[in-house]
Amino acid sequence: MENLISIGVRSIFIDNMIFAYFLGMCSYLAVSKKVKTAFGLGVAVIFVLGFTVPINWLIQNHILNQGSLAWISPELATVDLTFLQFIVFIAVIASMVQLTEMAIEKFSPALYGSLGIFLPLIAVNCAILGGALFMVGRSYTLPEATVFGLGSGIGWMLAIVALAGIREKMKYSNVPGPLRGLGITFILVGLMSLGFLSFMGFSL
Amino acid sequence: MKFLRDTLDKAKHNFEKGGKYHKYYYVFEALDTFHFSPNTVTPTTGAQVRDAVDLKRLMMTVVIAMVPCLAFGVWNVGYQHFLALGQAASAGEIITVGLIQVLPIVLVAYVAGGLVEAVFAVFRKHPINEGYLVTGMLIPLVMPPDIPLWQVAVASIFAVVIAKEAFGGTGMNILNVALTARAFLYFAYPLQISGEVWTYLPAGAKTVAAYSGATPLAVAAQASTEGESVVQAFNSFGAGWADNLYSFSNMFFGFMPGCIGETSTLMCLIGAFILIATGVGSWKIIAGVFLGAWGMGAFLNLIAVNEFMAMPAHYHLVIGGLAFGAVFMATDPVTATQTEAGKWVYGLLIGLLTVLIRVFNPAYPEGIMLAILFMNVMAPLIDYVVVSANKKRRLSRATV
Repeated sequence: MENLISIGVRSIFIDNMIFAYFLGMCSYLAVSKKVKTAFGLGVAVIFVLGFTVPINWLIQNHILNQGSLAWISPELATVDLTFLQFIVFIAVIASMVQLTEMAIEKFSPALYGSLGIFLPLIAVNCAILGGALFMVGRSYTLPEATVFGLGSGIGWMLAIVALAGIREKMKYSNVPGPLRGLGITFILVGLMSLGFLSFMGFSL
Repeated sequence: MKFLRDTLDKAKHNFEKGGKYHKYYYVFEALDTFHFSPNTVTPTTGAQVRDAVDLKRLMMTVVIAMVPCLAFGVWNVGYQHFLALGQAASAGEIITVGLIQVLPIVLVAYVAGGLVEAVFAVFRKHPINEGYLVTGMLIPLVMPPDIPLWQVAVASIFAVVIAKEAFGGTGMNILNVALTARAFLYFAYPLQISGEVWTYLPAGAKTVAAYSGATPLAVAAQASTEGESVVQAFNSFGAGWADNLYSFSNMFFGFMPGCIGETSTLMCLIGAFILIATGVGSWKIIAGVFLGAWGMGAFLNLIAVNEFMAMPAHYHLVIGGLAFGAVFMATDPVTATQTEAGKWVYGLLIGLLTVLIRVFNPAYPEGIMLAILFMNVMAPLIDYVVVSANKKRRLSRATV
């Protein structure tokens, strides 16, 4: 239990996908103009990460790893399918995103409209594939993988909602011409990660 | 106010050309504009403005509130210097050493940052405004007394350009400018701003036997890893060369090594009184930070797995820079939350995070700087939530 809490807190604040690994930056920078939209995208990312990481864990541990096919027949114990890892993970993620897209279109057409192209593009959001690969690399167990997926999603949402809050406020700022738009956003994200540095090195 | 105006008007002819004291006209003028600029007065009928407080007056109030901290800082730098050398010194000597160390830092911060302000003002065609008066004073107050001057200059320039002017100047920054300067130094030149740099010692100076430059936070962390009581470690620190250096009352009054302006909780409270009485700083934020830190400390006392967690909660309020950060950094009206409910949340979270970082994060001895920076990032979001909750509440009341 303590271990799970530690992984959860760690993935939200300390190993934040945005500020510690710089993953998922494209939609982070593009869909952070309004808090409402950012929140919607954040929830979608939490949902996708929360499902794909444990699903990918099952696939990795029961199909792809060497010897994990032994449950079908003992002859398959030598088969090593790990070279399929990327393609299988991406397939799982893409289908999950399709499901999310359909659900959002059905239940909240307004959000569907405002997310636009960035909703299907969650499929190529680096944070999601990153989450699955980190899960493999750190050899988590299934509950740990689930908590890690949800935590990473929450961390990503926190980051994008905070940025959207600041950008809504910054509409009234008199930013120098050449820096307007993406330029100042890059500087802003740099300064924000300075704030997030407060969590680096926490011993849990 | 009327009486003051009349007195000044009556005295004015003495200072004008040909008057008795016309040499001192600029002193008179400074006094006059300080009290009565801008001098637009609302008409006796119609809309009334109670007090035409402007940016200049606001900023001057903060600078005045910082004077006790600065004055005490000058004294304390000299005092700690002679304490470490084990020499008895008169008040004059103490103040001289303090001034020699502190004044150049203040000057460099003002000149370096002020020049950047002026350059930006010329190129972007806006008047130079008074925002830098406060920042230029805050930066020296959060520096160790023997910081190399070029680092002060680099940090001031970085903070003014990246954290402030890039966002459009005074009133539009997202992070507190002075804290950005401090954080920049902390991560760029960690050697000069951490460890035992908090007492001014000239190169090759011979310190008194058993001398240690560890700050209360370092002493507490050290005691905790060795598993002995933090309070006992405080009380036994300095035995032989400065008895009771880290007793509670001594730390409250501020006779301990630390950044120039941050050591004295008492002086910070005087500053807080000035800010609150004049309505410049928000008492909710200040109270929130203290409450949050004390509450988190008390909560950790209940769990108390290690000795740092068992340290009585009120000690958290006097060690490190918590009081200074609460009074002068967290209340910065630009980077703090704007809504009244948001101010409580903002303050409480700063206090809470500070104690968490102090106790659980061995990478940083002090947490107030990063806690405030983190909450600066979160402040617009807190405001957003408060405002939309308010909208919702009022919409539900509306009948059409």
